[in-house]
Amino acid sequence: MAIFNLKVNGEKLQVDVDGSTPILWVLRDHFKLLGTKFGCGMAQCGACTIHLDGEAVRSCSLPISVVQDSKINTIEGLSENGDHPVQKAWLDIDVPQCGYCQVGQIMSASALLEKNPNPTDEDIDRAMNGNICRCGTYIRIKEAIKAAAKN
Amino acid sequence: MTKVKTELDRRSFLKISAAASGGILIGFSWFAGCTPDTKNGKFVEVPNEWFEINSYIKIGDTGMVTIYSPNPEIGQNVKTSMPMIVAEELDVDWNHVQVEQAPLNTGIYQNQFAGGSLSIRMGWTALRTAGAAGRFMLLTAAAKEWGVTIDDLLVEKGIIKEKNGSRTIGFGEIASKAVGIEVPKEVKLKDTKDFKLIGTSQRNVDGKKIVTGVPQYGIDFHRDGMKTAVLKHAPAFGMKLKSFNVEEIKALPGVDDAFMVDISSKTPGRFDINSSPQFIAIVGETTWPLLQAKKAIKAKWETISELEDSNMHNKRMEDAIRTGKPNQRREDGNVKAAFKKAVKVIEKTYTAPFMAHNTMEPMNFFANVTADSAEMIGPTQTPQALEGAVAGYLKMPLDKITVNMTRMGGGFGRRLYPTFGVEAAAISKHIGKPVKLLYSREDDMSQGTYRPAYRSTYKAGLDKDNNLIAFSAKGAGVPNGGIYTNRYPAGTVDNYLVEKFAVKTNITTGAWRAPGSHFAAGAEQSFLDEVAELAGKDPIAFRLELFDRAINNPVGKRNDYDAKRYAGVLKMVKEKSNWGKNTPGVHRGVAAYYCHSTYVAEVVDMIIKDGKPIVQKVWCAVDCGILVNPDAAKNMIQGGVIDGIGHAMYSELTFDKGVNQQSNFDTYQLIRHSQAPQDIEVFFVDNGISPTGLGEPGLPPVVGALANALYKATGKRYYHQPFNSTEQG
Ligand code: FES
Ligand code: FES
Repeated sequence: MAIFNLKVNGEKLQVDVDGSTPILWVLRDHFKLLGTKFGCGMAQCGACTIHLDGEAVRSCSLPISVVQDSKINTIEGLSENGDHPVQKAWLDIDVPQCGYCQVGQIMSASALLEKNPNPTDEDIDRAMNGNICRCGTYIRIKEAIKAAAKN
Repeated sequence: MTKVKTELDRRSFLKISAAASGGILIGFSWFAGCTPDTKNGKFVEVPNEWFEINSYIKIGDTGMVTIYSPNPEIGQNVKTSMPMIVAEELDVDWNHVQVEQAPLNTGIYQNQFAGGSLSIRMGWTALRTAGAAGRFMLLTAAAKEWGVTIDDLLVEKGIIKEKNGSRTIGFGEIASKAVGIEVPKEVKLKDTKDFKLIGTSQRNVDGKKIVTGVPQYGIDFHRDGMKTAVLKHAPAFGMKLKSFNVEEIKALPGVDDAFMVDISSKTPGRFDINSSPQFIAIVGETTWPLLQAKKAIKAKWETISELEDSNMHNKRMEDAIRTGKPNQRREDGNVKAAFKKAVKVIEKTYTAPFMAHNTMEPMNFFANVTADSAEMIGPTQTPQALEGAVAGYLKMPLDKITVNMTRMGGGFGRRLYPTFGVEAAAISKHIGKPVKLLYSREDDMSQGTYRPAYRSTYKAGLDKDNNLIAFSAKGAGVPNGGIYTNRYPAGTVDNYLVEKFAVKTNITTGAWRAPGSHFAAGAEQSFLDEVAELAGKDPIAFRLELFDRAINNPVGKRNDYDAKRYAGVLKMVKEKSNWGKNTPGVHRGVAAYYCHSTYVAEVVDMIIKDGKPIVQKVWCAVDCGILVNPDAAKNMIQGGVIDGIGHAMYSELTFDKGVNQQSNFDTYQLIRHSQAPQDIEVFFVDNGISPTGLGEPGLPPVVGALANALYKATGKRYYHQPFNSTEQG
């Protein structure tokens, strides 16, 4: 066990855990930030996607010991009132079915648009391919990303 | 206007029982106490006081209305569409409605489950009646107040008005007086043509919570003092836990306790009785140390029954079809004689592997078991079965057990089986504390209740004029065939034979988003495509020819479809997709299927890109009767199509010595963004018939349409799933 200091959604937080603990479980179990989801635990499904210094990363496979000074942003910190353009587009197009994968999808999509405000279909496929949706909402996700890109 | 008797549903019009409105919901306020969305800028103040009109409806003094959604929400969107049906008959402004998930309460709600695409179909009349009864009570109260009759009044969006006067009163103002007004023996339901809300697209009531990550799934449930548990099942079907290094595990950091649990034979009501009833539970505060501790388990397992493998299954299915005794059979005419007469005969065999459910949210459940009560909270598609199974295990009367449903990260049939609930209850009982059990993805994909493995052999005979004169289909499955005696093309061929065979197994199987239909549609619809080709006929024209027979002069009486509606969706998809118009580079396949009471026809447009077949677009024609929430219905069909393409192309679960060979998404493939079609267009038949379900029916036909498009694109027929990786032959 060791003390780690993290910057999460602009806040400084401290936690005493084993260095191998993935950020996913630190967020969920210790900080009660439950928006970030668990799906596979091996960087295959994208349910746990967060932003690490603006990059979309899989928090289930990111041990706390390697994070250090990086800035972590989760869905809870994406926007003040749930009105990030990506969130708005998601609501407008009514993307979710069960909704479980959608936080991860939104985090991947928002990181993509931050870097590439006008992604092509191929860009979207490449950035989003790590995010599985068993319900099959892929078409709407693409539509929502394009709609968000316009705004 | 329809009149319905309220008597059958009378229980539903009682006020919510104390247990339901008080105890459970307050205990559940972790996510029930939501603030209303300010939908479209229209805002109603949060009420100071609520009045229960009936078990579906609660009205606040400000006019805000709470509608309880009775059925589990697994992504099929009933939490929006079921309350819409109540709101329609209640005549309330949808913007003033907030929705809450009702707890399990068999005393007041019926059919509280999510399975078989049945929620809307079975709930339709009860929900309308609840809304209409509520409206009647509010109108009666207003009429009394003003000294008029209810015929003098009308309602618009939650405001009661005098027809020939100027007085108006809001539901919120009259609600207190409506409480306790007697419900008449009959209530009037609206004419469907007068629907104002049903048939309009309304967004998911949990949409905002979903996109902002508000905790609402079972996995998110938290209560102070609660423990976390993980478990380890037997590694193989046919194995049983003997012992494990318990002291070593207990000594690991972050582990409070570790022990063996046995829930076998004590749980009547469980469906998946074969799946590992003895398991190791590890309990602690947080998840990660427990997942680590699991890796340190050294257990002894004993083999108690055969360790099966996939080759063995294939061989047994083949043998069953060849020499087995069918457990279901239908024969019309004389099939043997007809095949003798046939000028052309074609025979093909189709196979599909086991499939795992892979809900994105792994199985989990919260249990708080005390000496005389059990509180269960989590994702379940059948709260009632879960209640029964927990009661059976704990030997506790049903009324000591409460079950609350969270929003679910997918269901697809997996959460119809209550094992994980019983497991949570057993762990809670053992430690004497509330606990949340969480499966890893590996746990979730192992010891599951899989979609069965299937094999079917189809045979057809044509006469010299290319008429279909003989048809036979023999289907085996582990544990039972994916074939249906009375479905199409039953009724369209004079000499027709279907036989279904079982193969015994110790692998647990069960429901899975149209499990049998998914396979049957793929096999039958690609076979008919090949038969049409042999007959030199257009695939749609050939199918329609068969439907003509079923419409005009059906063979046999027990054909379980309406041939006109079936042909209707095929004609619709033909027209909408411009079938027959060839676009260079685009290869098309078609299929139609009827299951779960809904008719769907689909056309797949395929292109070849970098030498690989890619689904570019799918056209769907759907007949599910009245559309409650059109855009959500479209979402459901689109999802079914993508799910269907994905599983037919990429997914399989195989066994070796009883062990599933795929246990996470590195080896079990699910369809991803880049593999999904660019576009799926959905058209609905408008016929005013009472609505049927949509969770499953979009999926089956696409398997056939996909196989048929693949043939056009590659010149090769696809018989064996997953198409992407299996040798075809
Ligand atoms: S949980 Fe991290 S990628 Fe699946
Ligand atoms: S919406 Fe259910 S998994 Fe994506």
